[in-house]
Amino acid sequence: MGRFLLKRAGQALVVAWGAITLVFVVVRVVPGDPATLILGPDASAAQLDSVRADFGLDKPLWQQYLTHMGEVLHGDFGDSWRLGGGAMGATLDRFPATLALAALALLITLAVGYPLGMLCARRPGKILDLLVSTGSLIGQAVPSFWLGIVLILLFARQLNWLPSTTGGGPAAVILPSVTLALPFVGWLARLVRNGALEETGKDYVRTARAKGTGEGAVMYVHVARNIALPVVTVLGLLMGNFIANAVIVEVVFSWPGIGSLMVDAITNRDYAVVEAAIVTITVSYIALNLLVDVLCVALDPRLTPESA
Amino acid sequence: MTVSAVHPAQPPAPGDVAAELRDVHIGFRSGRDVTPVVRGVGLRLRRGRVLALVGESGSGKSLTSLALIGLLPPGAEVTSGSVVLDGADTGGFSARRWREARGDRVAMIFQDPMAALNPGFAVGRQIAEPFRRRLRLRRREARERAVALMREVGIADAESRYGDHPHEFSGGMRQRAVIAMALALGPSVLLADEPTTALDVTVQAQILRLLARRQQEADLATLLVSHDLGVVARVAQDVAVMYAGRIVERGPLDDVYTRPSHPYTLGLLEAMPDARDGGRLKPIKGVPPDPRRPPGGCAFHPRCPFATDVCRDEDPPLAEDGDRAVACHHADEVTASRETEEPR
Repeated sequence: MGRFLLKRAGQALVVAWGAITLVFVVVRVVPGDPATLILGPDASAAQLDSVRADFGLDKPLWQQYLTHMGEVLHGDFGDSWRLGGGAMGATLDRFPATLALAALALLITLAVGYPLGMLCARRPGKILDLLVSTGSLIGQAVPSFWLGIVLILLFARQLNWLPSTTGGGPAAVILPSVTLALPFVGWLARLVRNGALEETGKDYVRTARAKGTGEGAVMYVHVARNIALPVVTVLGLLMGNFIANAVIVEVVFSWPGIGSLMVDAITNRDYAVVEAAIVTITVSYIALNLLVDVLCVALDPRLTPESA
Repeated sequence: MTVSAVHPAQPPAPGDVAAELRDVHIGFRSGRDVTPVVRGVGLRLRRGRVLALVGESGSGKSLTSLALIGLLPPGAEVTSGSVVLDGADTGGFSARRWREARGDRVAMIFQDPMAALNPGFAVGRQIAEPFRRRLRLRRREARERAVALMREVGIADAESRYGDHPHEFSGGMRQRAVIAMALALGPSVLLADEPTTALDVTVQAQILRLLARRQQEADLATLLVSHDLGVVARVAQDVAVMYAGRIVERGPLDDVYTRPSHPYTLGLLEAMPDARDGGRLKPIKGVPPDPRRPPGGCAFHPRCPFATDVCRDEDPPLAEDGDRAVACHHADEVTASRETEEPR
C-alpha cells in the first residue's frame, strides 16, 4: 500500500506540473493585455510599461515561466491585481462553497440514482427501466446552464418554493446542486442497473436466495458488495466532474464558489486567479482519483485480508 | 443438536414424505409460446432417504430440483402440476412464503462451490447469514453457531477461518461451507445439484461421506441430482431416471441397477466404466432430443436398440409395479436382455 501510494503521488505531481504549465501558456497566448485592463484605456505608454514591469510581464516568456515555477513551488501563485492579496488565498476562500455544492450534488445523484438502478435491475425491460434509460439520455443531452435557468424559472420564480441566489439562506444550495446532479442521476442508475443485472445472474445470488435471504438484502448486501468497485470509481470521477462543472452552474446561480471566481478572473485577465483556480480544480481531481484508488484497493477482497 | 431446534413441531419420523412433485410440467415461456422442458414428473422425497435423479444434461433434472425450492431461472415456470413441501402446496406460495420456506424447510447445495459463494464476503459471515437474518441472532451468537457448524462439516480451524474469503478456501472446503450454509436452519429437504461434479476426485469421496453422514444424522429427505451413476450408487437408496423431461424409470437403487427395465437406464449403466467388461465403455448412440422439436411417440425411440413401430407412435405411460415404475413398451425384453448378459 505504501509503495502504491508513493507511486500514485508521484504521478499526481507530474499531472499537477503539466496543468500549471498548460495554464501558464494558454493564459498568456490568448489576446488581451492585463496592463491595459488595470489602468484603463487612457493610460500612457510609460504607465503601462511600469505596471508590466511590476507584474514581470516585460520579461521573455521562458524567464517568466521559470520565475513563476519557482514561486509556485513555494505555494505562491502571484497576486490578484483585481482583488489584491494572494491569488491562491482568494481561491481557497471560495473553494468550500464549491465543495459543498459538489458534495450535495453527489449525495443527490447517489441517493436517487442508486436505488433507481437497483429497482430497474429487478425488472429489466419493464416500464421503469425504459423510462430511466430514456431519461438518462435526455438528462445527458440537456446543457446545464439551460437546466439551471429552467429550474430557476420554475421553482424560484413561478412556484417561489426555493431561493435562486445565495441571499436566500442555506436552501439556496438546493437548486444549483440539483442542476448539477440531474443529468447524472439517470446515468448512475443505468450503471448500477447494468452492474446489478449482471451480478443477479450469478450463482451466489441464487445461493443467497436459497438460504432464504430477502430480495432487499440480496440486492443491497450481496449484489451491492460486488458492484461496489465500479460504483465507487464513478462516484469519485463524478465528484471531480461536479467540481469542474460547477463553473457554469455557479455563474447561473451566482454561487460564490471557485467557478464563478474563475469566470470573473478570465473576463478580467486576472491571470494569477485563473491559474490558482484551475490548479485547485486539477489538484482536487487528482486527489479524488487517488482516494478512489485507495478505496478500490481496500474494497477488493482479493487484496486485503479483511475479517468480517 | 441445536440445529433442529428451529422446528418446534412434533418430531418427524423417517419415511415421512417431506416433499412431493405431482405431475409437474415446467416450461420456458417466450411471449405466448411455452417450450416444455419437464413433462409430467412425479417424485416423493422421504425423510432419511436419498433419491437420486439421474439423466444427461438437458434432461430437465436441474429444473426439477429448482422447482422444489422455488428458484426456477427467469423465463421458466411450473405450467401445471403441484410442488408440495411438508404437505403444503407451493402453488399458492407468495414470494414471502417461499422465502420463509427456503433454508428452513428446503435447502440446496450447488455444483460449483466457488461460484455459489459470494466472493465479496468472508465465508464465515455467509454461513452466519441465516442465523443473523432469519433467526435474528446477535452478531456474536450467530458467529458462534456458524463456527460450530463449520466444525460439524469438517472445516479445520473453523474459528480462524471464519474471516477468510472464498478465494482463500480450497474447492473441497468451499463445498463444505456451502453444505454448512444449506444445513444452517435445519431443513427437512435437501437438494443437491451435482454436488461433487466440480471437485477433485479425491475430494469427491470426502464430500459424499459428509453428505451421507449429515443426511442420516438430520433425517433429511434428499434429492441428489447427478449424471454420475457411481456417485449415485454410493449415497442413494432410490433412483429416478429422467430422459427428455420425463421420468422413464424409478425404483430402489439396487433393484434398478441390477434389473434395469428401461433401455435408457440400461444404456446409462452400460456406459459406466466397469471392470467386468474389461474397461470397455458402451456410450449411448445419438443425442438427447431438442425440447422444441421432440420426436413423436417415445422420446427415446430414435436412440433405442429395442424400438419398434409402437415406440414411434405411442408415448408409453409410466407403469407402476410395486415400488418400481417404468415407461417403456418393451420393459420386459430390456430386463430379460440384461439378465441373460449378466452371468458372462
